[in-house]
Amino acid sequence: MDMRVKIAGVEWKNPVTVASGTFGSGEEFSEFVDLNRLGAVTTKGVANVPWPGNPTPRVAEVYGGMMNAIGLQNPGIELFCKRDIPYLQQFDTKIIVNVCGHAPEEYLAVVERLQEEPVDMLEINISCPNVNAGFLAFGQDARHVEELTGQIKRIAEQPVIMKLTPNVTDITEIAKAAEAGGADAISLINTLTGMKIDIHRRTFALANKTGGVSGPAVHPIAVRMVYQAAQAVQIPIIGMGGIATAEDAIEMLLAGASAVSVGTANFHNPTAALDVVDGIAEYMRQYGVKDVRELIGGVR
Amino acid sequence: MTRKKEQVRVLSQEQLAAGIFSMWIATEAAGEARPGQFISMYTNDGTKLLPRPISICEIDREAGALRVVYRVTGRNTGTEQFSQMKAGDALPIVGPLGNGFPLERAAGKRAFLMGGGIGVPPILELAKELDCGKKQIIAGYRDSQTFLREEFEENGELYISTEDGSAGVKGNVLDAVREYGLEADIIYACGPTPMLRAIKAYAQEHDIECYISLEERMACGIGACLGCVCQTKEKDAHSNVNNKRICKDGPVFLATEVEI
Repeated sequence: MDMRVKIAGVEWKNPVTVASGTFGSGEEFSEFVDLNRLGAVTTKGVANVPWPGNPTPRVAEVYGGMMNAIGLQNPGIELFCKRDIPYLQQFDTKIIVNVCGHAPEEYLAVVERLQEEPVDMLEINISCPNVNAGFLAFGQDARHVEELTGQIKRIAEQPVIMKLTPNVTDITEIAKAAEAGGADAISLINTLTGMKIDIHRRTFALANKTGGVSGPAVHPIAVRMVYQAAQAVQIPIIGMGGIATAEDAIEMLLAGASAVSVGTANFHNPTAALDVVDGIAEYMRQYGVKDVRELIGGVR
Repeated sequence: MTRKKEQVRVLSQEQLAAGIFSMWIATEAAGEARPGQFISMYTNDGTKLLPRPISICEIDREAGALRVVYRVTGRNTGTEQFSQMKAGDALPIVGPLGNGFPLERAAGKRAFLMGGGIGVPPILELAKELDCGKKQIIAGYRDSQTFLREEFEENGELYISTEDGSAGVKGNVLDAVREYGLEADIIYACGPTPMLRAIKAYAQEHDIECYISLEERMACGIGACLGCVCQTKEKDAHSNVNNKRICKDGPVFLATEVEI
C-alpha cells in the first residue's frame, strides 16, 4: 500500500499535514504526536518582523466549530530561522513555512530570507481575515493574486503554495490567477469571516469583532470549493477546512485535493492528524486501494 | 509522545451552590498535578469542540483522583453538560496543564491565599499544600453561599467577604484584609481580572511578592495556537513580543510581569 504523494516535486510520505496556525511549529504538539508520521508540518504564519497580534478574547466557540482572530502573532523570521526550523529538522517530515505580511515587500522579505534555509515548501497566506491593513484585497482580487504570486515566484527557492480565501464570489477565478502567476500549488480554504455576539455581556465575543470560522461546520463548503478549483486549474491542491476524521480527508481527496491539512480538529483532539493518517490507511485496506493517488480527483 | 487525551471516569458529582458544581474524577493526571494547574475538559457533544480549562481544586494522589469545582456558565453550554454527568460517566480530558503556584516562595512567610468567585476553588489545594509561616485564606463570594468553607477552615485562618454582605465582610477580599487588619509577605490569588488588578496594585503599594492566576478563552490549551495570551511588561523570549501564553507559560504569573 503506497501512501506517498508528490506535491510540486516534493514527495510526502503520506498526504496529511496540519493547517497553519493550529500547530505552532510542532514543538508543543510533539508531546502528543510523533511528527515523523506526518506527511508535512505547516508552521504558523511568520512575517519579516515580530507581530504582537490582536487583543483578547481571540477565540470563541460556535456550533460545530470555532472562530479565531489571533491576528498572526509571530516571533518574526529571524528568531523563526534560528529556533523553529532547526527544531523541525530533527524529524523525518517535510517543512512547509507559512508566510504572512501586510504588503508585497513584507512577503518578499520573508521569502528572500528563506532562500537558503532548509525548508521544503512555502505557503503564502494571502487570505487571513483578521489583520487590518486593507491587504485582504490581495486574496480577494485576482489581479493582485497573480501579480504577488509572480513577484514571489521570481525570488523563491522553494515551491510556492498560495493559500486562498473562501471569502470570494468565484474561487475558480482566484485559483486561476494563482496558477497564471506561476504558483506551484494552491491550498484552500482559509477561514470564513464570521461574527459572534455575547448576549450576556452584549458585546462581540472576539475583541476583533469579526473572526475566521473553522471546524466541521465549514467542511462541506471547503469540499465544494476544492472541487471547483480542481476543475479549473492543473496545479495540485492541498485541501483543508473542517477535516476532523479520515472520512473527511478522503472526501477532500476525491474532490480533487492531492493532500489535506488537519486544523481545528487538533484543538479537539491533539492526535487528530495521526488518526487521519491511520484512518486513510484503513480505508485503503478496506477498499483495496493500492495507491492513495487513485483517490485524488476520484469524483468528477 | 507520552501524552494523550484520555477518557476519565467521573467518581462523583454534587452541587455546592447555585450554579456551582463539584466533580471528582479518576485520572492518572493526579500523580503529577500541582496546585494552580488546570485540566482541559471536553464535552462528549461533537458540536462543542473546544476544551474548557478548569482549575484543579483538590488532588488525591494516592487514590489517583482530582476534584474540580466549576461554574455553569449558562444554558446549552459545555459546563452545563458537565454538571449533568454522573458517577461512572466518561469525561475526555487533557492534563494537568500549566505551571501552578510556586509553593517554595512561601517558606516562613505570612501568606495571603486569595480567591474570588470561581477563582476560589484552586485556592483549596494550595491551602492544603502550602508550607508557610502564617496561612491566611481570604475568600470572596457573591453571597452567603460560601462553598468550600469547611475545607478552608481545616487548612488555615479563613476570612470571608461577600458582595452583598450576607456573610463575612461586605465588599471584596481587600475589604476583608482592611477590616481584619491582615498583613502578608507573599500573596497568591485567583479570581476575576478586576480583583486581580486591585490585588496587584495593593501588592505593589505594600511591596509584597504577588502571584496571580489568569484566565482566558483557550483553543489548544498547550501553547500552540496563541489564543490565550496576556500582555507582559518585558518582551517574552518565546513569543519575541510582549505576550505570554496563559495556558503554557501560566496560568500563574508574578503580578509585576503581566499587564492586566
